[in-house]
Amino acid sequence: MNIQAAITIYKFEMARFRRTIFQSLVAPIITTSLYFVVFGAAIGSKIETINGVSYGSFIVPGLIMLYLMTESINNAAFGIYFPKFVGSIFEVLSAPVSSLEATVGYVGAAASKSTIIGLMIFLTSNLFVNHDIKYPLVMAIFIILTAITFSLFGFIIGIWAQNWEKLSIIPTLLVTPLVFLGGSFYSIDMLPEFWQKVSLLNPVFYLISGFRWSFFGTSEIPIALSIVAILSFMAICLAVIAIIFKTGYRLRT
Amino acid sequence: MKSQISIENVSKVFGRHKALNNVSLEIKEGEIFALLGPNGAGKTTLISAICGLCRQSSGNIKVNNFDTLTHYKETRNQIGLVPQELPLDGFESVYNSCQFSRGLFGLKDSRDHIEKILKTLSLFDKRDEQIFGLSGGMKRRLLIAKALAHEPKILFLDEPTAGVDVSLRRDIWKLIEDQKKMGVTIILTTHYIEEAEQLADRVGIINSGEIILVKEKTALMSEFSKKTTFIRLSKKLKNLSFMKKNKKISLTENGMTLKLVGINNRSNELQSIVNLLSQNGIAFTEINTVDNSLEDIFLDLVETQ
Ligand SMILES: Nc1ncnc2c1ncn2[C@@H]1O[C@H](COP(=O)(O)OP(=O)(O)O)[C@@H](O)[C@H]1O
Ligand SMILES: [Mg+2]
Repeated sequence: MNIQAAITIYKFEMARFRRTIFQSLVAPIITTSLYFVVFGAAIGSKIETINGVSYGSFIVPGLIMLYLMTESINNAAFGIYFPKFVGSIFEVLSAPVSSLEATVGYVGAAASKSTIIGLMIFLTSNLFVNHDIKYPLVMAIFIILTAITFSLFGFIIGIWAQNWEKLSIIPTLLVTPLVFLGGSFYSIDMLPEFWQKVSLLNPVFYLISGFRWSFFGTSEIPIALSIVAILSFMAICLAVIAIIFKTGYRLRT
Repeated sequence: MKSQISIENVSKVFGRHKALNNVSLEIKEGEIFALLGPNGAGKTTLISAICGLCRQSSGNIKVNNFDTLTHYKETRNQIGLVPQELPLDGFESVYNSCQFSRGLFGLKDSRDHIEKILKTLSLFDKRDEQIFGLSGGMKRRLLIAKALAHEPKILFLDEPTAGVDVSLRRDIWKLIEDQKKMGVTIILTTHYIEEAEQLADRVGIINSGEIILVKEKTALMSEFSKKTTFIRLSKKLKNLSFMKKNKKISLTENGMTLKLVGINNRSNELQSIVNLLSQNGIAFTEINTVDNSLEDIFLDLVETQ
């Protein structure tokens, strides 16, 4: 195993993050604060508690998930797309680096970045609402699993994309709607019955719901189902990546 | 010398286009091998296949007896690659970029080694600068530094001096010779004949995906370095019926010039032809002899294909 190679890629990617740390962290923190001001304070005061949780607290898990997913995808997609775009990927492809080592390096770095951003949002939220996390360990597991899974997904997008447009099309057209409609800012119990059923088809719903359970101990669906959902999505991403490397798809001509 | 890379019947097809057509080639340990060919001949494709950037459609490539597909870690470990273009992440610093290259090969950071290479390539002063601030020539030197960062045993240089100025070309040539002295096997592609002539131990000529010829450079030069002699006539000549048929002699420029290819000086061939001309009352104004360069050989071979 060329562990050194995986570490090298990881460090290199983290260095890119450090160079842009200000943009990377400040933007999410400001936006989160705005969410709390608008949704938590202004609108939240008009909304009753949801399952005994104040609206301000209720949206915290959804917000963290929103950032965790989109940042994981964007970071991982960019991390592999950029060297492909400038051509510097040739170095990795001609080095004694296995697909596993490369994936660990790139995806590990992307997942680390989004986890850091997720934690920053959590800390920011503490300025606005107080929470008592019911199951901190489950919360940590959810954060890590989500970060890794969506980084794997972003990695696939980055390999697949051949131009900047394609790079952003899936995150904007698919993921953002799924996250918003997956109950980030509301409980699906608040929807008409038809839309509740539609929500059950949304994979993101299971994640947000499970994550929220780790905070408050209540959720729309059983926690086990959420864990199964995220593990299944992770397995699918891993399988796709294995196929990509096996066939050299878009990496080796 | 031991064979270090062996390429057996390798073909590469892009869609309908055959970029490599049944290429077989041996590279010997410690030699400088120049792969010479026009644009689009398949030089980059062949290098890419050896280094793992592309997969051949058929055939085998072995490096130190390891197959490049099944034992890619063993084969790539040995190889440093300087690509034809300048594919660099501009946001990285010069030093970190070299450190990255080294790390990919499983080696711990070695400040000494990387700084030594940067000094050899006159990049030491730039070590902390971001790459996008470097000039084109510096970027090319950086790519060489990156390729040397893991101390490879085999170095590939894909058109290392294309579009560089004269002084950098000299520097790169010197570096190649120094690497050879250290025992590194060097494969370079070029379409500058001068470069092959200057550096190579052996030359392979590739055209339209096929290796046309592989020879020791000196043998190639002497075999093909037939002189060509032009005798400019005072009057137009219709045919050569006045002399015995001879493949080496032909009429060109509408019968105004006699072209003699590969005339042997030792057997006084030129003298006897001149005598023959005077005996037949054919006057001439000028005799001009030129050496064949590798360039002529190359053009000859490529054109007769
Ligand atoms: N990725 C690719 N897809 C399609 N055709 C390619 C690709 N790479 C190279 N070729 C074609 O293969 C031939 C050989 O190219 P190349 O190896 O780059 O030549 P050289 O390096 O000798 O100039 C060219 O005709 C080129 O257009
Ligand atoms: Mg080329």
